[in-house]
Amino acid sequence: MKDILTELENRRKGARLGGGQARIDAQHGRGKLTARERIELLLDEGSFEEFDMFVTHRCTDFGMEKQKPAGDGVVTGWGTINGRQVYVFAQDFTVLGGSVSATHAAKICKIMDMAMQNGAPVIGINDSGGARIQEGVDSLAGYGEVFQRNIMASGVVPQISMIMGPCAGGAVYSPAMTDFIFMVKDSSYMFVTGPDVVKTVTNELVTAEELGGASTHTKKSSVADAAFENDVEALAEVRRLVDFLPLNNRQKPPVRPFFDDPERIEESLDTLIPQNPNQPYDMKELILKIADEGDFFEIQEDFAKNIITGFIRLEGRSVGVVANQPMVLAGVLDIDSARKAARFVRFCDCFDIPLLTLVDVPGFLPGTTQEYNGVIKHGAKLLFAYGEATVPKVTVITRKAYGGAYVVMASKHLRADINYAWPTSEVAVMGAKGATEIIHRADLGDPEKIAKHAKDYEDRFANPFVAAERGFIDEVIQPRSTRKRVARTFASLRNKQGQMPWKKHDNIPL
Amino acid sequence: MFKKILIANRGEIACRVIKTARKMGISTVAIYSDADAHALHVRMADEAVHIGPPPANQSYIVIDKVMEAIRKTGAEAVHPGYGFLSENPKFAQALEREGVIFVGPPVGAIEAMGDKITSKKIAQEAGVSTVPGYMGLIGDAEEAVKISREVGYPVMIKASAGGGGKGMRIAWSDEEAREGFQSSKNEAASSFGDDRIFIEKFVTQPRHIEIQVLCDSHGNGIYLGERECSIQRRNQKVVEEAPSPFLDAATRKAMGEQAVALAKAVGYASAGTVEFIVDGQKNFYFLEMNTRLQVEHPVTELITGVDLVEQMIRVASGEPLSITQDDVKLIGWAIENRLYAEDPYRNFLPSTGRLTRYRPPAEIAAGPLLKNGKWQGEAPAGDAAVRNDTGVFEGGEISIYYDPMIAKLCTWAPTRAEAIEAMRVALDSFEVEGIGHNLPFLSAVMDHPRFVSGDITTAFIAEEYPEGFTGVTLASDDLRRIAAACAAMHRVAEIRRTRVSGRMDNHERKVGTDWVVTLQGDRHDVTIAADHDGSTVTFADGQALRVTSDWTPGASLARLDVNGETVVLKATKITGGFRIRTRGADIKVHVRTPRQAELALLMPEKLPPDTSKMLLCPMPGLIVKINVAEGDEVQEGQALCTVEAMKMENILRAERKGVVTKINAAPGDSMGVDAVIMEFE
Repeated sequence: MKDILTELENRRKGARLGGGQARIDAQHGRGKLTARERIELLLDEGSFEEFDMFVTHRCTDFGMEKQKPAGDGVVTGWGTINGRQVYVFAQDFTVLGGSVSATHAAKICKIMDMAMQNGAPVIGINDSGGARIQEGVDSLAGYGEVFQRNIMASGVVPQISMIMGPCAGGAVYSPAMTDFIFMVKDSSYMFVTGPDVVKTVTNELVTAEELGGASTHTKKSSVADAAFENDVEALAEVRRLVDFLPLNNRQKPPVRPFFDDPERIEESLDTLIPQNPNQPYDMKELILKIADEGDFFEIQEDFAKNIITGFIRLEGRSVGVVANQPMVLAGVLDIDSARKAARFVRFCDCFDIPLLTLVDVPGFLPGTTQEYNGVIKHGAKLLFAYGEATVPKVTVITRKAYGGAYVVMASKHLRADINYAWPTSEVAVMGAKGATEIIHRADLGDPEKIAKHAKDYEDRFANPFVAAERGFIDEVIQPRSTRKRVARTFASLRNKQGQMPWKKHDNIPL
Repeated sequence: MFKKILIANRGEIACRVIKTARKMGISTVAIYSDADAHALHVRMADEAVHIGPPPANQSYIVIDKVMEAIRKTGAEAVHPGYGFLSENPKFAQALEREGVIFVGPPVGAIEAMGDKITSKKIAQEAGVSTVPGYMGLIGDAEEAVKISREVGYPVMIKASAGGGGKGMRIAWSDEEAREGFQSSKNEAASSFGDDRIFIEKFVTQPRHIEIQVLCDSHGNGIYLGERECSIQRRNQKVVEEAPSPFLDAATRKAMGEQAVALAKAVGYASAGTVEFIVDGQKNFYFLEMNTRLQVEHPVTELITGVDLVEQMIRVASGEPLSITQDDVKLIGWAIENRLYAEDPYRNFLPSTGRLTRYRPPAEIAAGPLLKNGKWQGEAPAGDAAVRNDTGVFEGGEISIYYDPMIAKLCTWAPTRAEAIEAMRVALDSFEVEGIGHNLPFLSAVMDHPRFVSGDITTAFIAEEYPEGFTGVTLASDDLRRIAAACAAMHRVAEIRRTRVSGRMDNHERKVGTDWVVTLQGDRHDVTIAADHDGSTVTFADGQALRVTSDWTPGASLARLDVNGETVVLKATKITGGFRIRTRGADIKVHVRTPRQAELALLMPEKLPPDTSKMLLCPMPGLIVKINVAEGDEVQEGQALCTVEAMKMENILRAERKGVVTKINAAPGDSMGVDAVIMEFE
């Protein structure tokens, strides 16, 4: 009996060593942690339950039968994050370069199936050289099985991808279909085709970092939602994100004790809006002053900065925030900002996270670049996302809410529950100058008359009251009491039952 | 007494005057420029009159506009504060013509003291000690030696037309006087085309010490002790205190009596200040007289219990002084720190913008002022007062148009050491965000051994911070206290995280007792034993620190008691720990489990990018113009681009010769602070 126990311990020891000490040292040398170390940091101490530690591949071609490492390059199982269950897989670059074999994929599929069945998020840590070429189509089939599960799990349990090493070729499509992608600066990259192929095909000279590094994907492509300095920080921040998310689509978002007065008054918000309507201000100040303890988890901070998306808590409960940022492009809506916000709104709606929308939008960005690239359909994504969302929706207009962009930004017309406006807000088709030049085209040659018309227009429309008279604004509120009003309103919507007509699924303009 | 006064000023001093006027039952009128429409002094006053565009020379110092505001509101008297029109005889005359009372000295006194040479002459005649010297022309080197001997070494040999140190020599002996005279003369001739030379006493180890005087229009005059203002940066006072740690009773009395004599000599009737320079042997020499309320008057108020603004108003209304010299007693110690909107890490560059957070420490009334001039006996030990004179508020705007001083934080305590300690805590408790400010620098000065010893001169800042201010490195005791505090705070925050809903029953996360705290490159392994009242944090060497606090996760300010010491930390959450600001230091503190710490050691250290070959945006702003193109060679001082911030165009220039390799911005781009605008070879 003792021998058998020793045998088990020895086998475990071997499996835990992955690709061996030399490869572990090499992994460390690259500033990266091993798969097991990453899981340790991701999960509560001692909470990891590993499965399939002894799984090996079944490939016998190209001498593969001679190297059958236990675990086959991926560590899978479940554990807890602050006591809440999550499933996790972590590719082990020290074992056959983390390459994906049929059995490697099967291990991932197994925990994804469990996650779906048991209603817990899946966190995937990607660090893989790609398909295991020796296996050929078996490997591809493995990817396909994972992809299908990503699709089935989408909207059922949160899926988070961490790119902590290479992720290239077909492998990128699994993270691409998850809810969030996080990268590590300087040690991760993802692309469909690598620099060598790019050079052969298009003659472009580009490094892996430039082509698919963290900076590229957080600033240019928007593939990644955030990038962190190193493995330790990335894993800590994902723990922080998980604290905001429900475990599945049948559970309410989490609630945690809070130490901030829901009735906190912020007098300084009364002076947030500058005297000059064209002067920018930082919308993040408003978000931080509304949020419990000023805690904000921003999503896609470095992309389409003219719109801000992320999570806060109100009375300890998660709320998704979408806000125009007047500091960048005057907070205008364009292709990138509409796509960014639409995806965030749909995530929140999937997982029953209420939405707070802060509006200061002068309209849509004009120009050929925008039109040629399809701002019509991309802009419609945000409109569609807001309109279909059935979660509690509260909107605060701080300043401009002009034209179609007014309608898009969670207006009353898109089933927003409560729409507030600050006294400084202007709900109108457009700014006074533009409107006057259209309405009073005949007087264009007379600057005095135009100035008077503009003044008349401003007096009539540059305020929230016309909209309030029609009930499109439920209440005009003092900026200083925004947190109090919004928190109380979300409290009143906790039992909201939102409805959509039966459909197989909608046809959002992708 | 007046029914209504107008305050011809803005900012903290306007607010300060309004407070006293209100206490006296006098209604107040504020004046304001466009930039101050929502300023605190406007909010506080009973009435406010708009007087023009932001620049002071189009508003606050335009006499006609102020007169108009007086007429409009029917104010009977005007308090000018300091700066602006406070020492402008024309303004005082204009008021006189219209029968409005000027809360300040008579015009004659302003004029007499407004001129350096006249004032020195009057001072000499009044028996006030002035810097010995020979103002006449000196013919040759031998005459220079003779005069130098009369004045007494060391002497300063100066060119009449001099400036910027040119044509200036210090001589400690006959030989040096002879040489110095010749070289000064040559230099003066070539630099200024004027080789006239004079000689005066060179004051060694100079301190700036000033006497507060108070006179009425009935011939009474008293002095309210001194203020030491030696901590200056480029002639701008930063820290003041009363009394001076240097003066003895005899010197104080001599200075005070001379100051009163001078005031009486010019028929002074109001609060005024006589400035002296004092050398290492306690010889004091008259510098000038300020015929107004000084910025640093609160320290005098705190140790004497006299409300100087009230006295000024009473004197102006014709009342005789109700205090005699015998009534004046200096109780305890007061220190003032001036909070400037100046970024100490950027060579004290003025910083403007929105105060997103402004939470001064709570004011505590204590000491003589509490008894409103009628204090009795000594203040009890441990008693301390905090006073903050301010003109700003959270959500307010610091504009480019006015003085960057945003608050005067004062503390009072029975002893200097206690007053300094109270100031340290008050500075740590002062939350200012949104703009750059000198709080870290002030904290550094309050902890500087030389300041603490009182061994200061006007050269203190130049000598102690010759390379500017680069931050504070805390002593190991302080770091230990911070480490213990952060460990305890982190543990509390982690426990809160485990209370999230949706967790697996009976399989909750257990927060451990062993932690590794890293800060400023040091690693501390600690064990926390927490109970209902606090945490005992034990270090690997066995030292145990008891931490108690009412801090809750997310609070930006943590007040803790660590083994009986008060520790106040500004704590911002960062990944795996806190950014801590305290005692002038700004450090990252990581609190990790032993395993997390072990793995964190494997993380590569990422050095901040070398920005020496980049042009960084100095403030958030809009790129208006790019003057160069990629590949251009630029010369030192050449304009590179223009950034508009706060409606002001700032031209950024090349610091040295170089070639532009990359331009990352185009006109119309808005850039954050430290964004890379262009790169050089």
